[in-house]
Amino acid sequence: MIMSASLLATAVVLCAVGGILMLTRPLTRILLGAVIASNGINLLVLSSTGSAGAAPLLYGVPLRRVTDPLPQAIALTAIVITLATTAFLLAMAYRSYQLTGTDEVHDDLEDRRIFLRAEVLGERAELREEYRAGPRPTREERAHYRQEHRRLRARLRADRALQARGRDAGGDLWNDVLGADPEDYVNDKDDDRGATG
Amino acid sequence: MNQLVPLPVLLPLCATGVSLAFGTRLARFQRFISVAVLTAVLGLSVVLMVAADRQGPLSVHLGDFAPPLGITLVADRLAGLMLTVSSAVTLAVLVYSLGQGMADRDKETPVAVFHPAYLILVAGVSLTFIAGDLVNLYVGFEIMLVASFVLLTLGGTGPRIRAGSTYVIISLFSSMLFLTAIAMTYAATGTANLAQLAVRLPELPLGVQTLVQAMLLTVFAIKAAVFPLAAWLPDSYPTAPAPVTAVFAGLLTKVGIYCMLRTETLLFPGNRLGDLLMALALASMIVGILGAVAQTDLKRLFSFTLISHIGYMVFGIGLATREAYGGAIFYVAHHITVQTSLFLVAGLIERRGGTNELTRLGGMARSAPLLAALFFVPAMNFAGIPPFSGFIGKLGLMRAGVSDGSVWAWILVAGATVTSLLTLYVMAKIWNLAFWRTEPPGQAAYGTVLEAADDSDDDDPDTGPDRIPGTGDEGIGPVPAGQTLAATLQGRAVTTTIRPPRAMTAATAGAVLLGLAFTVLAGPLAAFTDRSAAELIARSPYVEEVLGR
Repeated sequence: MIMSASLLATAVVLCAVGGILMLTRPLTRILLGAVIASNGINLLVLSSTGSAGAAPLLYGVPLRRVTDPLPQAIALTAIVITLATTAFLLAMAYRSYQLTGTDEVHDDLEDRRIFLRAEVLGERAELREEYRAGPRPTREERAHYRQEHRRLRARLRADRALQARGRDAGGDLWNDVLGADPEDYVNDKDDDRGATG
Repeated sequence: MNQLVPLPVLLPLCATGVSLAFGTRLARFQRFISVAVLTAVLGLSVVLMVAADRQGPLSVHLGDFAPPLGITLVADRLAGLMLTVSSAVTLAVLVYSLGQGMADRDKETPVAVFHPAYLILVAGVSLTFIAGDLVNLYVGFEIMLVASFVLLTLGGTGPRIRAGSTYVIISLFSSMLFLTAIAMTYAATGTANLAQLAVRLPELPLGVQTLVQAMLLTVFAIKAAVFPLAAWLPDSYPTAPAPVTAVFAGLLTKVGIYCMLRTETLLFPGNRLGDLLMALALASMIVGILGAVAQTDLKRLFSFTLISHIGYMVFGIGLATREAYGGAIFYVAHHITVQTSLFLVAGLIERRGGTNELTRLGGMARSAPLLAALFFVPAMNFAGIPPFSGFIGKLGLMRAGVSDGSVWAWILVAGATVTSLLTLYVMAKIWNLAFWRTEPPGQAAYGTVLEAADDSDDDDPDTGPDRIPGTGDEGIGPVPAGQTLAATLQGRAVTTTIRPPRAMTAATAGAVLLGLAFTVLAGPLAAFTDRSAAELIARSPYVEEVLGR
């Protein structure tokens, strides 16, 4: 089968552009990306007919030179479907803008929580390592260390308070499921510097 | 008889038109049409299933165009079974949502949009089951998806728009992938008809075959929420209204499983990617159930168990023996009903206790014994406790794994056992927290109307902390009787009632009883699924019916 290289190249470029746009946050950009990428894929569908031929008419055209009409029908179907989805996404972007003032896609709450937890724990481990590696700490250094600790703890607390709006904040979830609470960890071990290993 | 095949798609579509024309002006007529049409579809599906069982697959070429050009619809044993189970479940969920709509005076489910969208969803699901070519399968997917977009974002509240956008983008992406796979298949074989592909694909070079197979599998794995591609599901499903979540969880993921079964058996026999599928199945089971263990939000928890139990069906597909396919088909039928009834019960629990949060529920075994029974039966069924169909389905799959005897199969059998035990643990946890322990003090009094104060303000998580009084952990405790409470209900108004509307309880009980019927009729059903598996593996009945002998 002979394929048109220019058609293929255009399809690839369109898909790449669309793909990059779809990776962004705002819904309108995602929408544009989806439209562009699906046009690229429609070109791919069209190019599956092979080399170009005459229009697929029943009369007046020698049947042997006619292009395969089926991919054209498939592409038409896909275009109509893309139209419907585009309309829906536009409505959704506008609704999102009405509600939140922006049409960006927000992170999942669970994801945010896990990410924040990992970030705080990582930062704290780094801090502790730095503190221990040095010579015997001076008073200022110790105060600084404590202060940093408090800052991290406050971040976690603020986030948990945020969670409390939406779900139960009895604290059980953290202790039972995700392991010991970082704060408990701090209270038990880090204040008593010599005992940790 | 063959002329009946398109009706499960045509009837709901025509009813959609009628339903839209009448709008909300004749709401009762609209409800009547929906129920009548879904009942008719259920009857038709049973007829199709029995006919396909007696005389082999039924097919129809629309407009009498020959296979590569025209639209082919095929109903074989597998499609008949899927149609029957899905229409039974959709009917139950429709009755449930009618009950809920009447009780809430349609605050949550605006009737004008709900009924047409729901009917289109049913039409799309039916079309994917009877589609005889890849393009129609794609169209069926799209019909189903567009309807599901509307249903998922019903009412357009903030959380639903947020969850909906993830869902829409993922769906868009998988549709594009599907279209690309179709283009590749067409370029390589010159047809999109499944029966013709079954003949032509084996003649292609191995690399091309594997590429097409991998692309199709990826698309269906996104739909079915198989592990690495499942992150969208627990994020987007729980925010929808309870009946919508129930029907999505029951049906939409299983459509993906159905497509996997169909393509793996018809187009790509020989099980080249079996090991990969089994690895994914194991990961789905374990990761899914661990996610469920970690949750205390009921709907989210059930979403994770959904992912985990998808793993069982993928396990059956990965094994690719007759026994395994039979077990997988049995499990699909079982899982659709049980997962749906669990989500329906979750809706009832939310309505009774005013919240989805397990840590704030309690004492329901005494205060709502019927609800407790309605939860207990499908929960035990789901966990695979012996007399129930969940046990029979799991046993069938594990026996297939043992008789296969490969290392992967044994690992999967072990994984399935562990998952089953953990499922039991999760169900016991729900039972303990929501039903068995004493009621937390100050729980919402029955008949209280809890309204979210101003839901447009509560949606942006980034503006949260400064509006929280204090920085400590003073959570929102149990809902004090008769007080309003914003944000805990995800920006929705929820009514708690002593007795849920009779239609809701009846529909849930119907779904639970259907699950029990699978237990009672396990013998005939297992024989039927075994015959379907034999038909799938033989391939020739399907191909001969479509292409002519």
